[in-house]
Amino acid sequence: MNELLDLSLVDWSRAQFALTAMYHWLFVPLTLGITFILAIMETIYVKTGNPEWKKITKFWMKVFGINFAIGVATGIILEFEFGTNWSNYSWFVGDIFGAPLAIEGIMAFFMESTFIAVMFFGWGKVSKGFHLTSTWLTALGANLSALWILVANGWMQFPVGMQFNPDTARNEMVNFWDVFLSPVATSKFLHTIFSGFELASIFVIGISAWYILKKREVIFARKSILVAAVFGLISSVFVIGFGHASTQQVAYHQPMKLAAMEGLYQGQEGPGLIAMGVLSTQKTDPEYKQLKDFLFRVEIPKGLSVLAYLNTTQFMPGIKDLLDGNSEHNILSAPEKIARGKEAIQLLKDYKMAKDDGNEAEASTLRAKFMSDDFQKNYFKYFGYGYIKNPTDLIPDIPMVFYSFRIMVMLGTYFVFFFFFALLWLTRGTLEKKKWFLRLALITMPLAYLASMSGWILAEVGRQPWVIQDLLPTMAAVSQIGVSAVQVTFWLFAFVFTLLLIAEVKIMTKQIKIGPKDGGH
Amino acid sequence: MTWGKSLWVIILVKLFVMFFVLKLFFFPDLLKQNFKTDKERSAHVIENLTNIK
Repeated sequence: MNELLDLSLVDWSRAQFALTAMYHWLFVPLTLGITFILAIMETIYVKTGNPEWKKITKFWMKVFGINFAIGVATGIILEFEFGTNWSNYSWFVGDIFGAPLAIEGIMAFFMESTFIAVMFFGWGKVSKGFHLTSTWLTALGANLSALWILVANGWMQFPVGMQFNPDTARNEMVNFWDVFLSPVATSKFLHTIFSGFELASIFVIGISAWYILKKREVIFARKSILVAAVFGLISSVFVIGFGHASTQQVAYHQPMKLAAMEGLYQGQEGPGLIAMGVLSTQKTDPEYKQLKDFLFRVEIPKGLSVLAYLNTTQFMPGIKDLLDGNSEHNILSAPEKIARGKEAIQLLKDYKMAKDDGNEAEASTLRAKFMSDDFQKNYFKYFGYGYIKNPTDLIPDIPMVFYSFRIMVMLGTYFVFFFFFALLWLTRGTLEKKKWFLRLALITMPLAYLASMSGWILAEVGRQPWVIQDLLPTMAAVSQIGVSAVQVTFWLFAFVFTLLLIAEVKIMTKQIKIGPKDGGH
Repeated sequence: MTWGKSLWVIILVKLFVMFFVLKLFFFPDLLKQNFKTDKERSAHVIENLTNIK
């Protein structure tokens, strides 16, 4: 298979999935966050009875509605791609992926859509309490949808709770709670939804800042900024906290990803954290050309060790330790893992051949060996390595993950200060005079999207070459279809999604220019 | 057209394009399309997974 495999097929298939996933992710985080912002605003309305808050809520509900309508179902395209472009993968993950996605569909299509209908069309038709509950349940439904997809993605990064069936070539779930409560999935979910809350808060502040600059809807803008700044400030702290937890999980379970995103080439005890740095084009190692030198770097001594392990002396493997091995720290070399992976694949092949030949006795012996504890822990664990031709294929794109991590962290840090000063100056009554800050709020909106996308680039490019960590690389996961078919659908999606994006921007900017009706002056 | 109607038009056109154009013509579920039973699908995937040089 690998001899015939056109690597451009793998690259185009990855590019197609990345394109559709990133377009989908343009719409999702705003929904995740703005639904809670709406729920808070409507709660204030119901508690105070002040109709000003109702008008504010309805305006942001309109913005949410536009984003939701354009974005809804864009995620379904990804599921189409599983069946067409990633058929080996979609079969291999069996009911592990299927169950969370099915639950996600039920949450999204039933819970969310039911209560969205009441939220939009129920004003004046249902009681205030029922309407408010519907708004909260819409927010909850949207975020619970995110939970299930992130449980599935968490499993790709750290596969647990399953048993591979050599008869069906599927991973079967043996422990739902291991999958659902995986620390990778949990930290990833919490980090992701709080980043959505942050993005939505920045969005609300940015639009509100525009109104203040235009000397329009000033009361509306002030109240909106108040809610968004508080919500955003709290969220930004949690983003950092859960981002830290997520990084710890990467250190424990995806050491190559961590080494790549940190530019850690050689393992050491108590490694520093590179706060800032620029990679050069000059290679720093004669054997591994992907390892580039640094033009400059600002390093926090012991920082990485503290961040990942909360101590200053932890040994953390570098890329070279993970490829060459390190017996002192019980790290198998890549060639050793590749050899064990090949054995696992060969045993599966021998078992299949014995069954096809009708040799029941041999098949039974081979199956028992395959399923034995020793084989599962020492050979099947490296199944995916059996497809790797060259150990350097195990290194993800270092510049992409190095820079995306830093962009995300720097912007995340900036957002904390952004929310803090927005709130401080608003409460002091001086925000409207600081036109530079109001203009900064406008620029911060696209920066929120940049941070959000950078996080996903880090997560997904960083796990390469794996589609399931250690068990299945992307080259083994892809369907054997023509490259041209993938290229056609790539450009088709680029066209369709760009149209949708243009439609969203046009409709949204028009409604923002119209402003909240009947008030907010 | 009001903004609400514009959104409904976009939703309906989008869903139509996704399910009746993209899914039908560009995104067949290959395993379902090419094989009748799960046993055949398993055999195909195992063949793909084990056929490495």
